[in-house]
Amino acid sequence: MDEDRPIFVQIAEQIENDILSGALEEESQVPSTNEFAAFHRINPATAGKGVNLLVDAGVLYKRRGIGMFVAAGARERIASERRARFADEFVTPLVAEARKLGIGDAQLITLIRDHTTKASAAQPLAQTSATKRTHTQEKSK
Amino acid sequence: MTRSPVIETEGLTRRFGDLTAVDDVTFSVQEHSIVGLLGRNGAGKTTVMQLLTGQDFATSGEIRIFGESPVENASVLSRLSFIKESQRYPEDFKPKHVFKAAPWFFEHWNEEFAQELIEEFRLPLNRRIKKLSRGQLSAVGVIVGLAARAPLTFFDEPYLGLDAVARQSFYDHLLADYARHPRTIVLSTHLIDEVSDLLEHVLVIDDGRIIIDQDAESLRGSVTTVAGPRHAVERFVEHREVLASDRLGGLATATLEALTPAERREAADAGLELGGVSLQQLIVRRTRAHASEFGAES
Repeated sequence: MDEDRPIFVQIAEQIENDILSGALEEESQVPSTNEFAAFHRINPATAGKGVNLLVDAGVLYKRRGIGMFVAAGARERIASERRARFADEFVTPLVAEARKLGIGDAQLITLIRDHTTKASAAQPLAQTSATKRTHTQEKSK
Repeated sequence: MTRSPVIETEGLTRRFGDLTAVDDVTFSVQEHSIVGLLGRNGAGKTTVMQLLTGQDFATSGEIRIFGESPVENASVLSRLSFIKESQRYPEDFKPKHVFKAAPWFFEHWNEEFAQELIEEFRLPLNRRIKKLSRGQLSAVGVIVGLAARAPLTFFDEPYLGLDAVARQSFYDHLLADYARHPRTIVLSTHLIDEVSDLLEHVLVIDDGRIIIDQDAESLRGSVTTVAGPRHAVERFVEHREVLASDRLGGLATATLEALTPAERREAADAGLELGGVSLQQLIVRRTRAHASEFGAES
């Protein structure tokens, strides 16, 4: 756990990451609050707060007496929420760092293109509706 | 889930002659929480716990444990367990005698759990307690405190001499058993960073007074550090309360009360880096801001 952000937020993000990566599939059961607490060595109330954050967001839902499950459509919901924050969280600091180092805009764009080519050679882009929409969004900007 | 307070104090005060060890302390502890009672040596932690467990008497003020006074009150005391660093045992006692006697006092005592812990801590049952190492002596207390499953458990610096592996197993068992058998646990320790993630609530006592009484999670988010070029830091903190600051050549850092998202953006635009503060650092800084004589323990 890093110290910069509340632990329950980090717990929620990790569960989201597992849903995005497919480690947790939609409609599958997620570990219990106590299991999260034991695994991360944190107070169960804190783990519960993280889980509840996702319940409120509609990513997880409770089945009475059974446990917590990943909601249908959760993956797309998380992805679209993160895409909305992508420019702020990743592109802004990237551009700021490039400016600081005197990397020109053209060079920066070349660098990004090189890396995307390399990345898609190693691992083809997951063709989901999500990625298609990102492209159209970028174009409209 | 609404929880009722298990511990309530009001204006609790304990004087020893001229010394006021506990000074007008008012707080409560909710049922089924793990609470850290933190502070420097001599701050008054142990005295507070002795008062709460009926082992010492208040000069003035009120204490209610499970809604009643703990003093000479069997119905309260039978639900408590107080594990302290300075626990004395009868002459010639061996750990096996302790574990044989413990079930007489703790109605929720779990023998199986005790055996599991004895094995894990590799405690020699047949050696005289006087001959145990400091760590083994601490292990006796930790095992009693966990296996007793008392509805209200106090651990006062429970692990002097325990190595890192043993401490980690204590934390793991504490969390796992607490999850299965919810109960109220008050943990007093110097090792704030080690226990900070386990705590739901934090009480910090300094010079006999409670100076922090806060949810651990909100406490953690209550301060931010900004770092960057000195002039930028100085400009940013100009109209803000600074808890601590540091300088290195042209660079500076400052610890501030939590910033709003707009303020965070402002700081980022000014070229400052934002960071968090560990609970231990936070408590040290808060305590210093409160009373300048609080030394850094890290």
